[in-house]
Amino acid sequence: MKIKVIVTLKNGVLDPQGKAIQQTLNGMGFSSVNEVRQGKFFEVDVNEKDEAKAKIKVEDMCKKLLANLVIENFEIL
Amino acid sequence: MKSAVIIFPGSNCDRDMDVALKKFGFKNEMVWHDDEQLPKSDLIVLPGGFSYGDYLRCGSIAGKSKIIKSVVDFAAKGGLVLGICNGFQILTETGLLPGVLQQNKNIEFICKNVFVKVNNKNNKYFNSIDKDILELHIAHNEGNYFCTSDELKMLKDNDLVAVSYCNEKGEVNEKSNPNGALQNIAGIFNKEKNILGMMPHPERMIDKYLSGEDGSIFFKNLLNNFK
Repeated sequence: MKIKVIVTLKNGVLDPQGKAIQQTLNGMGFSSVNEVRQGKFFEVDVNEKDEAKAKIKVEDMCKKLLANLVIENFEIL
Repeated sequence: MKSAVIIFPGSNCDRDMDVALKKFGFKNEMVWHDDEQLPKSDLIVLPGGFSYGDYLRCGSIAGKSKIIKSVVDFAAKGGLVLGICNGFQILTETGLLPGVLQQNKNIEFICKNVFVKVNNKNNKYFNSIDKDILELHIAHNEGNYFCTSDELKMLKDNDLVAVSYCNEKGEVNEKSNPNGALQNIAGIFNKEKNILGMMPHPERMIDKYLSGEDGSIFFKNLLNNFK
């Protein structure tokens, strides 16, 4: 079963790449862009048939490796 | 005075560190990350570099290596653990030190000499160093130290900010901050001060003709603790 995870920077944490993307978009003429925050997307294929159980495992993976909880939040889709 | 330098796939300052440690009298051994046992050592060094190509987050994958469990045990018994640059990133990712090293504020790889102020000499890394300001080298893309306000308070209350970026006169200000690090933090200790993580590379400053010798001062002092 494939479980999808999005990892994003917490609010207030500096995102220099997001800032550079926003400035580039503004420079390209997309003047309505106020802010861009960059994150990560993971697709984890877990050997598990029960979705709830798979998600519990992926949550553990997020806490231990996929996200750094000092600066990042994760969301299991 | 025995030391060991751990090599991860992508480490690139491991041999510089080996040369530096041996130059000042350490009997150094190199240890592969996939080993489980550390040799009997007084000092363990996690060197600089780009372990696992900085995949996921700098230091995050190296932080799960087999050898790390032994490093954690060694540190828990009071052994000295020094993490330089990527080694500092690995220490934060393993939780041995608080906080995280984020991408530099200006999104540039920074490679230059900097000055750092030694804030605390009540430890084995800086105890008999006469100078308060050291000139060392930095080379990193992710050296922008960040931690929560609670962690910062803990670091301050316990005097654990080991070194701060400053100018030649020792003034710690925004202008002397190369990478946007919180309060110019360049290196920190754990509570017991046996673990030191810092972005600057002392091993690159051990030759008066090539670079400068403030790194020599660091290693000589470290060695003196084991004489």
